[in-house]
Amino acid sequence: MDSLLEIKNLHARVDGKPILKGLDLVIPTGEVHAIMGPNGSGKSTLAYVLTGRDGYEVTEGEVLYKGRDLLTLTPEQRAGEGMFLAFQYPVEIPGVPNTTFLKEALNAQRKYRGEDPLDAMEFVKLMRRKTKELGISDDLIKRQVNVGFSGGEKKRNEVLQMAILEPTLAVLDETDSGLDIDALKIVAEGVNALRAPDRSALIITHYQRLLEYIVPDRVHVLAHGRIARSGGKELAIELERTGYAAFAEAAA
Amino acid sequence: MPESASPTTAQSFVAQFGALRDTLPGAGLPWLRELREDGIARFAKLGLPGPKVEAWKYTRLRPLERIGFVPAGAAAQVDLDKLPALLPHTGVGHRVVFVNGRLRQCLALLADQPEGVELGGLADALRHDPDPLAAELGRNGNGARARDGQPLFALNTAMMQDGLVLRVRRGISVALPIEVIYVGAPGPEPVAFHPRNLIVLEPGARATVVEHHIGLGAGAYFANGGTDIRIEEGAQLHHYKIQDEGPEAIHIATTHVELARDALYDGFILSKGARLSRQEVAVQLAGEGSECHLNGAYMLRGEQHCDITTTIDHLAPRTSSREVFKGVIDDQARAVFQGRITVHRDAQQSNGHQLSKALLLSDRAEIDAKPELEIFADDVKCSHGATVGDLDRDALFYLRARGIPEAAARDILIEAFLAETINNIAAEGLCPALMSSIGHWLGGTTGRTEP
Amino acid sequence: MAASIETTQQVQEMGERTYKYGFVTEIETETAPKGLSEDIVRFISAKKEEPAWLLEWRLKAYRRWLEMPEPKWANVTFPPIDYQDSYYYSAPKTMDGPNSLDEIDPELLRTYEKLGIPLKEQEILAGVTGVAVDAVFDSVSVATTFKGKLEEQGVIFCPISEAIREHPELVRKYLGSVVPPGDNKHACLNSAVFTDGSFVYIPKGVRCPMELSTYFRINAANTGQFERTLLIADAGSYVSYLEGCTAPMRDENQLHAAVVELIALDDAEIKYSTVQNWYPGDKNGKGGIYNFVTKRGACRGRNSKISWTQVETGSAITWKYPSCILQGDNSVGEFYSVAITNNYQQADTGTKMIHIGKNTRSRIVSKGISAGHAQQTYRGLVKISAKAEGARNHTQCDSLLIGDRCGAHTVPYIESKNRSAIVEHEATTSKISEDQLFYCRQRGLSEEDAVALVVNGFCREVLQQLPMEFAVEAQKLVSISLEGSVG
Ligand SMILES: Nc1ncnc2c1ncn2[C@@H]1O[C@H](COP(=O)(O)OP(=O)(O)O)[C@@H](O)[C@H]1O
Ligand SMILES: [Mg+2]
Repeated sequence: MDSLLEIKNLHARVDGKPILKGLDLVIPTGEVHAIMGPNGSGKSTLAYVLTGRDGYEVTEGEVLYKGRDLLTLTPEQRAGEGMFLAFQYPVEIPGVPNTTFLKEALNAQRKYRGEDPLDAMEFVKLMRRKTKELGISDDLIKRQVNVGFSGGEKKRNEVLQMAILEPTLAVLDETDSGLDIDALKIVAEGVNALRAPDRSALIITHYQRLLEYIVPDRVHVLAHGRIARSGGKELAIELERTGYAAFAEAAA
Repeated sequence: MPESASPTTAQSFVAQFGALRDTLPGAGLPWLRELREDGIARFAKLGLPGPKVEAWKYTRLRPLERIGFVPAGAAAQVDLDKLPALLPHTGVGHRVVFVNGRLRQCLALLADQPEGVELGGLADALRHDPDPLAAELGRNGNGARARDGQPLFALNTAMMQDGLVLRVRRGISVALPIEVIYVGAPGPEPVAFHPRNLIVLEPGARATVVEHHIGLGAGAYFANGGTDIRIEEGAQLHHYKIQDEGPEAIHIATTHVELARDALYDGFILSKGARLSRQEVAVQLAGEGSECHLNGAYMLRGEQHCDITTTIDHLAPRTSSREVFKGVIDDQARAVFQGRITVHRDAQQSNGHQLSKALLLSDRAEIDAKPELEIFADDVKCSHGATVGDLDRDALFYLRARGIPEAAARDILIEAFLAETINNIAAEGLCPALMSSIGHWLGGTTGRTEP
Repeated sequence: MAASIETTQQVQEMGERTYKYGFVTEIETETAPKGLSEDIVRFISAKKEEPAWLLEWRLKAYRRWLEMPEPKWANVTFPPIDYQDSYYYSAPKTMDGPNSLDEIDPELLRTYEKLGIPLKEQEILAGVTGVAVDAVFDSVSVATTFKGKLEEQGVIFCPISEAIREHPELVRKYLGSVVPPGDNKHACLNSAVFTDGSFVYIPKGVRCPMELSTYFRINAANTGQFERTLLIADAGSYVSYLEGCTAPMRDENQLHAAVVELIALDDAEIKYSTVQNWYPGDKNGKGGIYNFVTKRGACRGRNSKISWTQVETGSAITWKYPSCILQGDNSVGEFYSVAITNNYQQADTGTKMIHIGKNTRSRIVSKGISAGHAQQTYRGLVKISAKAEGARNHTQCDSLLIGDRCGAHTVPYIESKNRSAIVEHEATTSKISEDQLFYCRQRGLSEEDAVALVVNGFCREVLQQLPMEFAVEAQKLVSISLEGSVG
């Protein structure tokens, strides 16, 4: 199978308001694509439609993942199939330790795939290895999920989860926003470490900066609910220079 | 002050009603007669509120029961030039004065009054144009809780003689506040009066009403007020009340507010006067998207008893309420705060927030607080908080370390504590009067400043 | 927390029957005639071979009870109870006071095994910490483990009927001293007809070497359970006490009206934990236990401390306010509560903290979860008397709603007469967050596991207070109780 994700003529509404209006996108297996676009153009909407969030209503079009219809699956089935979203705004879950959360998530996915659950020891070992690789402090994993985390810590935590869950398709929604250069490198390392012939990634970003560390195979511009332009990595550099004004006019 | 030989009982009011029944304004109107009869029957059944009624758990009417009251006649002589007004002359559109519950004066202070504002007294309205009142008076006092928990409102309904009637027509904005001064003027015998106010804002209308309750002299009187407020679609009422009754007064005020879609009620109460007072405000957020702010402050000393009881019913989706009450209690005074927020089943996506903060300034002061949440819809965000304590010791020390004497430091902190509730008031012209009211209270005698 | 996945498996295994303690033990019982009268009170007292003073005490309570009105203020509704339609005494026939564990009817042993309660000392000895258990089956205590080991330290842990015989001076001194018979109608009924329950005395300066635990089981049909627990911690002592309860699934409602009295003397500390899992009734609100319980502790001594922790998941109706009377200077009262109501359950629960001594402190943490058609009320009183210089209270009350047919209510009463006291109360009510659920599901958790995880997090502060052995059990219970509340 050559394309991991195939989006055809996707239309989606939020609260009755059309946001995606005929979006087409193909991500071949093993490739990293970037999506850029102005605020409010529907980037997060696309991420939520792909992961099956309530309230994001698909009115037309289809999405094939591993060649099968994605849209009929529940969010947890999609996760089990290897779909991972690094949230633009990670959610706080008071009272739940980060380690517990991750272990529950990992074992739920393993169970979905018919694998045995990791026991406590195996899990701790895995966790140690990943935090070390990413240079994330132990302290972060002992705390409650995202509770009281700074913006940067929340993003790091998303990357840690991604590293542990090892998704087939990782969608990163502005994971680079508001990060200093060190944190940015952690994000990039997390993605690059996962790069493999059988995995893909979709990087949603505003800035070309992250793409210096994660070099994308393709770059797409999302404007007014559709892919307005696609190109190689040089497109990102061009956008950085010209901004999105051209797309605003083009669609008006 | 002559204490009457026969103390007040529910029976004495029922008897007064019996004697007055046929001379009350609008006596010839069948609907009004029915309303009054229902009121007196309900009052007779419930009696004066006692400890068995949960809504009156913390407030006893002993000061009322000890004294006998006679119905206020029409005769009180008051020199209107000497009345303190809260707002400067230039900042007021209308000034209306009631003495012992009877309309004495209704002045338009500025020439260019907008059309579509009807302002006057209830007795007049019942005489000349009673029909529109039928649908308004008491329309929200009929829920089970009001019927069983508001005997004095029922009494007001039976006995009402006069009061403010304000109707603002569709789309009219009354830019300047309407100031209503209620004067309690005790005569040789303690008097009781039951003013009934009615405010209706038609769709899109806006108005600000400032109530100022004052007492002349130190005698006892019983002001048992009732107010019906209805705010139609998109209309906004700012309603500010300063209760500064005489030292032996008993002030009971029951207010029902009903809001239609996207309407706003912004209420504020400053309570500092009266021997015994109770402000009971019941708000029905009946229209989708309607909103209510209810704020207030109270300052008590001596043997004052002040009860603030509010109930907010969220009945429609996307309604919101915010409520902050703060008070300081000195000497042997006692404060009661009861606040209930109810979110009914259909009021999804509503939010209600309430905060009550009290400072006890003396060893014999007392506060009883009962904030309540009653939630029947799931998609809501509601909270309440209540704190009781003394002034923050660290802050006090900080000020004293800067050389400010303790008494002055305490005053500064108390003022700052109370000012927070005043700063949100939309009618800015009123803030200086409210702040000076606090300052004045702080300057008064109190056990607190004794060594 | 790892419990939630395991829990879901359990729930699935159970299929429709989510209440796993719903079985009935077939055992021959001796019952008093149906109904309530002075004769029944005398019958119970005679069965227990009680001294005359106690019979008098019971009869006085009974006569008082006849006059008392039912408490009406709680936010619960149920048809009037027919007190004559119930049995007030039921005991397994073979239980004529066995003093060795070997004499216990094997059917009973199997029952407790099924409930997960060890009645064999050696089994537990193999574990790290020991738990001594008093097992109360309908109206009588059927076994108390580890009595010998406890006696070495002077700790008395026995059925209250035994304490009345063996330690009458202690019982007479303290019984009814915290909850007087006339306190409320349910406590009054209990005073008249209480059958068994546990008695604990921790002598001066003794730190009780193991957790003490009572396990209550209602088995017989139409039988009320009226147990009475009396726990005295003498100066400088410490005890942690656990209590658990279950009952068979039956279509009629059964009454459980217990009284628990705790007394902490100078520097003593009592930690009292409850996992209440009486049968809650079925999905449509049929059957279930009426759990009308009066629990109160008196911090009589200086620096004493009483801490209540409760996990309330069972019962058709819960009416319960474990309270602390903080008499001793510097004494501390705590109340940690998780209450879960689902389907048609009703709970009106909370606490009273009565501050009397100087520098007394109290802390209240209440977490309520309401789902299905359930109605839940937190009702609490914090009272600072004029003499309670420097008293402090902090209350945090959070409610979570799952579904739009349930209700959550918060009714705190705060009364302060002391200027130096600081009272802080905070309460929130909201629905379980869609954002949190989606976040969990995106990571692969099923909706039900996500709810269990989020709710367990919400309750964490309270669950952490439980002794380890109970904490895991309680977490599972939280998940099971919410089964069927989503989707
Ligand atoms: N829950 C919502 N309800 C209504 N409109 C929404 C909601 N979420 C997003 N939108 C609107 O959808 C559009 C796309 O938003 P989003 O996908 O977040 O854009 P981006 O991530 O590209 O900034 C915006 O106009 C936004 O205001
Ligand atoms: Mg976005």
